[in-house]
Amino acid sequence: MKMRTMMTVVSTVALAIAAGTAHAGATFDAVKKKGFVQCGVNSGLPGFSAPDDKGVWKGIDVDVCRAVAAAVFGDASKVKFTPLTAKERFTALQSGEIDILSRNTTWTVTRDGGLGISFTGVTYYDGQGFLIKKKLKVKSALKLSGATVCVQSGTTTELNLADYFGLHKMKFKPVVYDTADETVKSFEAGRCDVLTSDQSQLYALRIKLAQPDSAVVLPEIISKEPLGPSVRQGDAEWFNIVRWSLFAMLDAEELGVNSKNADEMKTSKNPEVKRLLGVDVIKHGLGVNDDWAYQIVKQVGNYAEVFDRNVGAGSPLKIARGLNALWNKGGIQYAPPIR
Amino acid sequence: MATLQKQADLLPPVVSTGIVGWLRKNLFDTPLNAALTLLALYLLYLTVPPFLEWALLKADWSGTRSADCSRAGACWVFIEVRLNQFMYGFYPVAQQWRVNLTVALLVVLVLPLFIKRFALKRWLAALILLVYPVIAFHLLVGGSFGLVHVETSKWGGLFLTLVIAVVGMVAALPLGILLALGRRAENMPVLKALCVAFIELWRGVPLITVLFMSSVMLPFFLPEGLNFDKLLRALIGVALFEAAYMAEVVRGGLQGIPKGQYEAADALGLGYWKSTFLVTLPQALKLVIPGIVNTFIALFKDTSLVLIIGLFDLLGSIQAANSDTNWLGFSVEGYVFAACVYWVFCFGMSRYSQWLEAKLHTGHKR
Repeated sequence: MKMRTMMTVVSTVALAIAAGTAHAGATFDAVKKKGFVQCGVNSGLPGFSAPDDKGVWKGIDVDVCRAVAAAVFGDASKVKFTPLTAKERFTALQSGEIDILSRNTTWTVTRDGGLGISFTGVTYYDGQGFLIKKKLKVKSALKLSGATVCVQSGTTTELNLADYFGLHKMKFKPVVYDTADETVKSFEAGRCDVLTSDQSQLYALRIKLAQPDSAVVLPEIISKEPLGPSVRQGDAEWFNIVRWSLFAMLDAEELGVNSKNADEMKTSKNPEVKRLLGVDVIKHGLGVNDDWAYQIVKQVGNYAEVFDRNVGAGSPLKIARGLNALWNKGGIQYAPPIR
Repeated sequence: MATLQKQADLLPPVVSTGIVGWLRKNLFDTPLNAALTLLALYLLYLTVPPFLEWALLKADWSGTRSADCSRAGACWVFIEVRLNQFMYGFYPVAQQWRVNLTVALLVVLVLPLFIKRFALKRWLAALILLVYPVIAFHLLVGGSFGLVHVETSKWGGLFLTLVIAVVGMVAALPLGILLALGRRAENMPVLKALCVAFIELWRGVPLITVLFMSSVMLPFFLPEGLNFDKLLRALIGVALFEAAYMAEVVRGGLQGIPKGQYEAADALGLGYWKSTFLVTLPQALKLVIPGIVNTFIALFKDTSLVLIIGLFDLLGSIQAANSDTNWLGFSVEGYVFAACVYWVFCFGMSRYSQWLEAKLHTGHKR
């Protein structure tokens, strides 16, 4: 893809320039000095980051940043958000305009290796899926041969679609649109049988239909899209804090600690809970207060709460946990232990 | 002997007067035109009634949640709930009086300029151009005189659109005039070359590229830690870009002035600046009012391009509101609202320019 090539060139130039000035611990020191975390988010993606009626940012990506602020400052509100478009996101991180990029960005080898940034973990395991009219009565993507498929242009979605249909020797006719709104309108008008996009977004697009119940999301996922926060390379301390802020939310869910019972759980006899909440002090060496994980859980919530209120059952999107369930509940979300 | 009796004049045939006559003359004079009229009527019939039904008859007007909308027609509740954000972006509600005051101040200062016999016009204009921007800056940004600092990242909505448009216009016109004069300065080749280079460079790239460069490339060339305000970068980009266009419009006006005017000014013994600012430039500017306003209107609409650098202008804040999970599926309402607001402003500018043309129409008709 052309955009990709350009991006790589731009980034390489950037890297060459940035390399001269970066030094270890710089980001963490700067964050502590200015007193807040500057976080790059999507300028509007349902469930991931969007401003609400009051202008407060909401979403799963947004909450990751709040968690980092809670860990560093003990105050989840000490975060400022920079809405970014897909094209400027890496520049903003590389140039130091933001401290964390938490903007539904897929973790890939080219980004880890070539952009001078590091992904700290996976907030949401996404993948490309299909939205299909119920009346077609198709239960599997493998039965879609000959279908007309609505797809957004210029995204990897388009390539994945061609790969998948080619691999399974099926025929399809792509109908390409520029924006999500256009895509969903033409799907609604019957110009295509199937709409393809990242599965997390299919649920949002489905709500945009006049009759959401007339369409279903097929179970198949045809690509791996692990979305996660990333930081600039060269500050391992900062990298650790961002990485462990997410792990703390996952561990809290696993141990049954949430924002409502965090105080009671401090008296728990479970040593793992004690270590998580900072009752038993351990040498974590993260450079933050010992109650960092307690502050995250208390102020932002554990992973289940964050997932639920932004994209899960507690939100209009009602996305099932699926891959994002914990490892011991049928998913693949697994965090190393805090000890 | 028969006397010639004066008879009343016959009225013109009914088919050529009144409504019927007008219709025949304007809409049905040839078979082709009749067919086109019918076609146009049919198209209007196809589009207007459904739109009215959607926008007015079946629309929902009151409520606070998306569930209050029946979805049979437009859901204006979405606009009502978000109106504050569409107007001010994320500017803190408690501080929004500052925005209102800034706008009110501008209106109060500009109004006397419309009064024909207001003696202090020149001073007032100077006040608006030189003092007002300073006041406006301090009011909006804050951080001094006991006002809370409001970061530009919190600016948005129609307010941000107006900031970009007004700053662009106010900066572009004088810059454009200077560039135009520079480009016509035959006896100063270096200055001329610089002006030509500037104009052709900025006119040769799309605005979207300028904005993109300012937000994506510029940060790489600055030392780490030094971050230009994003809005400021966009403002500078827009102002320089529009100045190049304005320069060409003004140059067109200067070329339209007959040589005799220049010679007459010289004959009166006026120097370059006097002859330019007293004789040729006022005439040139009057000539190109339509061109200037055209550029302004284009600029006003181009402000929506800041969307691609993540600034929430009117259109941007509407798009962001569309991605709130509680309000999914109301993008059409948002876009219709944006279209109405843009139309009101652009139409207003267009009417103002026509009024100005009529007022300044002192001599020859063109």
